[in-house]
Parts: sequence; C-alpha cells; structure tokens
Amino acid sequence: MTVREVMQMINAKTSLSRIAIYLLLIILSLPIVFGYLWLFSGSISEEVEFGIVPKSITLKNWRFLWSEITIGTKVFENIWPITLNSILLAGSITLLEVLISLLAGYALSRMNFPGKDFILKTTIILHAFPGVALLIALYYVLNYIGMIDKITGVVLVKVALELPMATWMIKGFFDEIPWEIEWAAYMDGCSRLQAWYKVILPQIKPGIAAVAIFAFLAGWSEFIYSYTFLFSSENYTLAVFLKNLIGDFRFLDYGLLAAAGLFYMIPVIAFFLISQKSLVTIKFGGIKG
Amino acid sequence: MPELEAEICENVRAKKASMEGLHKFLKALPFLGPFLFLIILFYLVPVTLTFIMSLTSMDYTLEWNFVGLENFMRFFQDSSVKIVIFNTVKYVVFTLIINVGFGFLLAIATSYFIRNENIMLLFQTIWMLPRMTPPVVYALLWLWFLDPTEAGMLNSLLGKLFGLPAQNWILNHPMKVVIIANGLIGVSLAMVVFSASIKSIPPDYFRAASVDGASDWDIIRYVIIPFLKWPIMFMTIWQTLSLITSYEYILLITDGGPLNKSEVWSLFSYHKAFSNYEFGYGAAISMVLVILAVIIAIIMLKVFGYDAIMRRGNIDSTRGDADDKRKNVAF
Repeated sequence: MTVREVMQMINAKTSLSRIAIYLLLIILSLPIVFGYLWLFSGSISEEVEFGIVPKSITLKNWRFLWSEITIGTKVFENIWPITLNSILLAGSITLLEVLISLLAGYALSRMNFPGKDFILKTTIILHAFPGVALLIALYYVLNYIGMIDKITGVVLVKVALELPMATWMIKGFFDEIPWEIEWAAYMDGCSRLQAWYKVILPQIKPGIAAVAIFAFLAGWSEFIYSYTFLFSSENYTLAVFLKNLIGDFRFLDYGLLAAAGLFYMIPVIAFFLISQKSLVTIKFGGIKG
Repeated sequence: MPELEAEICENVRAKKASMEGLHKFLKALPFLGPFLFLIILFYLVPVTLTFIMSLTSMDYTLEWNFVGLENFMRFFQDSSVKIVIFNTVKYVVFTLIINVGFGFLLAIATSYFIRNENIMLLFQTIWMLPRMTPPVVYALLWLWFLDPTEAGMLNSLLGKLFGLPAQNWILNHPMKVVIIANGLIGVSLAMVVFSASIKSIPPDYFRAASVDGASDWDIIRYVIIPFLKWPIMFMTIWQTLSLITSYEYILLITDGGPLNKSEVWSLFSYHKAFSNYEFGYGAAISMVLVILAVIIAIIMLKVFGYDAIMRRGNIDSTRGDADDKRKNVAF
C-alpha cells in the first residue's frame, strides 16, 4: 500500500463517520425542532398534518388578541392587561436587578471594607438554598409586609433571588477594568459615585446588556412565584394566564394554546434572532477573532 | 506605669482601627445598601423563618404553634415519603444521565467531529431552546406531544408508522415523561461547558494522537475524556444539587400524579404547603432537603475548591478564555 492509499482510506473512514455523526445529531435534534415547528404551524391552521404541516390556514386561533375567550360560562381575562402586567414585572425586575447589582458589584470589586469576604461567601451559600424552602417562608414574609398578591412583591422576591448571581457576574466585569482608568477620573476631580457612573459604567456596557437581557427573560418566563403569590385575576401574568388556559383547553383546542404560547414566546424568539445575528456577525466580521 | 500606657495605646489603636473599618463600611454603604436590604429581607430572613417554621404546626392562619420535632417524626413515618424519596432518587439519577450523557455526546459531535463553527452554533442553538423557553410553554409542548388522543404527536406518529393504538403516556409512564422532559433542559448547559473544555485542549494532542494512528474512538477515550474528567464531575455534582430541589416542570407536566407516582421531594413540600396549607410540615420536609443539599454543597466545595466554583466551567484548566467564562456564567 502506498502512502496515498492509506491517506485515502483514512479520509474515506473519517468522512463516513462524519456522515454518521451528522445523522445522529439530526435525529436527536429533530423532536425539539418538531415541537417548535408545531407551535408555529398549529397556531395558524385549523388542523395540522403529521404534527407540523398546516392545513387550511386560519387566524381563528389568535382570537384572544381581539376578543374574549370563553368556555362554557367561564370568561377568560382580556390578554392585554395581562401582557402589560408581564411587561411591568419583567421590566421592573430588569431595572432593579441591573441597578442594584451594578452598585453592589462595584463595591465588592473595588472597595475595601470589613465583612466583604463574608458577604461574598454568604451570598453564594444562600444561592444554593433550595427555592422551595424559601418559597414557604417568603409567603409569610410577603404576607407580613402586605405585599402578597401584589406584582411589586413578586418583583422584589425575584430580584433578591437573582441578585447573588448577577452581582457576581458584574463584579467579574469590574475586576477586569484597570485601576488606572479609575485613578484618572479621581485626578480629574470625580467623586466615587461620579467615577462609577461616568467612567466605569461605560466600560462594561456589553456586560450590563447581557445581565439585563437575562434578567428580562428570567422575569418574563417567571412562573412559580407569580403562580403562588398572585391570586387576583387582575394581577395575573402571561405565565399564569397560559397555565389556566392549558387547564381548560388542553384536549379541546390546541390551536388556541399554540397561538397563546407563541404570543407569550415573542421576546424569547426575538432574543434568539438578535443574538444569533450578532454571534454570526462576530464570527464573520471579527478580524482579530 | 509604662505597661498601662502601652495598654491605653493599644486600646486607642484598636478603637482607631475599628473606627476606620466602620468608616470604610459606611463609605461602601451607598453602594451596598439596596443589595444588603433585599438579600436580608428575602434571603436571610426566610432561611431563618423556614427553620423556625419547621418546628411549628403553622397552617393557613399563619400562627406560630410550636410542636417541637413533631413534623420531623411525622415525616419519617409518613407512608408516602418512601415513594417520594424513591421517586426523587430515580428522577435525579436518570435526569443526570441524560443531562451529562447527551451533553457529552453533543459536545463531542459538535466540537470534535464537526469543527464548522456555524453548524456547531446551529445545533447549540437548537438545544438551547428548551432551556430558554418559558416553563409553561415548554410544558405545553410536552402535553401536546404526549396527548392521550389520536391527535397527540407521539400517538399519531406511532399509529401511522406501526399501527399502534393511542395511549395515555403521561398516565402510564409519568416518571419517564418527567425524566426525559427535565433531562433535555439540562443538556445545553453540559454541552456548552464540555464544548468549551474540548476547545481548550491544545490541538497538538490531537495531532500527536493522529500521527500515532489513533482512531476517533481512541482519541475520545485517551485524549478527550481525561481532559473532561473535572468538568464532568463538576457538572454531575452541580446538576445533582439543582435537580434534587427542582420541581417547576414536574408541577406543570404531571403535578406529581397520577396519585404520587411522579411526586418528588421538593414538589411534595410544595404540595403540603400550598395545596394543604400545612406550612409547618412543608417547611420541615424542605428542611430535611436543605440538610441534604448542604452536605452535597460541602462535598462540592471540598472537591473543587471555592475559587473553581466561582469560575464555573473553567475548572479543569485556566486555558478557557474570558469569553467562555462569561458564556458559562450566563446560563
């Protein structure tokens, strides 16, 4: 056998295993792709064939956007105030979480004070504390301070639970900024808060954006705290609304559920499209790598 | 006399130092205030309250009736606890296998076999979907997929392909459904962490192995797996910790049913507290879980060290660059 023959054999073997790997990947990923395709085609058709092929296109499933959903004598809440609640919830969570973690992350990264190490370690240990154990006591705390059945209560709880992780991330970003930049700000007569706001924050904009996006998506997807702590229908969020809708329409009208689910997923889909695009442009456009 | 003077001096110095510490702390307070306020009110206080609550028979009236260790006695005698613990172990072990196993498989497939960045990105995005989808929508997908009528995806597929009759999957196989549904969610985390580790293996190792005539299998066995030993171990413990306390998806898909067939520990505690309004008993059930979680967390700290955990995913080597670090923390 010549060297060339051996090389060809190796190539043939590896391309065969490549094909096998591709096939495996596609087969494994197919059910997931199917699920999301159904969500889309199910929402715009009366009936779906093979789970994903739409038959007789209709907008009927999207009727919750302009009319009331009824089942028997039960009338579901109008979707728009509920959507507003969800936006309010996710928006406030984002704003508070970013602001507070920026302040705390700065102090934990740049300042020296007694108890710093203790705070850092405690927050991480607390983070490992099971959510369900907190949930029961949080019910009591919210009830005690009169925030049960209030969106504000859910916002505060959610922010508090996500703060340790967000603060740790932000602290990491601050750690990477050289001291000299900050010194220069003090030389120019900035106070600590001014330096934080005018000089340091602009340096970590991408990091802030990442934390903000994840905070918003987490707030938007939030289910268990809204479900447990909100009882009045005027305080419902989309997650709770959809859960109730599933309870009543599960075996009756999957088209409606698919449309409502898709409507609820809009921000998540937007995130995927945007991040995908920016990731690809970085890959193609980034000369420095 | 000089001794007294020295003592006074010492006192003054200590006072000065503590004053200085206080001063420094006050300086940091405007930055730390809101953080500390929220953490104390919604973390520290609830943790303490859970402990105290577990010693009471608190119900929906929210009154503190102390009953000592009665809740814990009840827990260890409760006939459903045996099933719940058995379910929890089954759930954690098998979900973990899917998480780590699939994550490993996908990481190797995308980062070792297919080195095309864009295709890798495509598959990683697909597998990221379950994790990023709001839990209620994810549960809806499963409910539809496993619908007991002929309209259900799985039933219609099996009916058309093999002529099998429709069956109620969730009723007949609740634990399997719960395990697979949860398993798919954790895959992306493991995949991202393992991919980053595979990419951080110096290419020389692969070249050297190829020159020696190693097959793909040999390379996986003798180059990649030894490098991934720590990330795999880390993922296993990290996921165990989050799985034993997770219940949201189970609540949405089977709600622990039918009967107690898919009830896990944390969901059991949730049901006791918020379906039966037995807050005291619910707190006690989760306290036992907390003790378990703390033991696992201590093992994790012992094995990996405090610093390594702060830099998740980057455990094995310091080669992973800053971007990988951020990516891993983000999820």
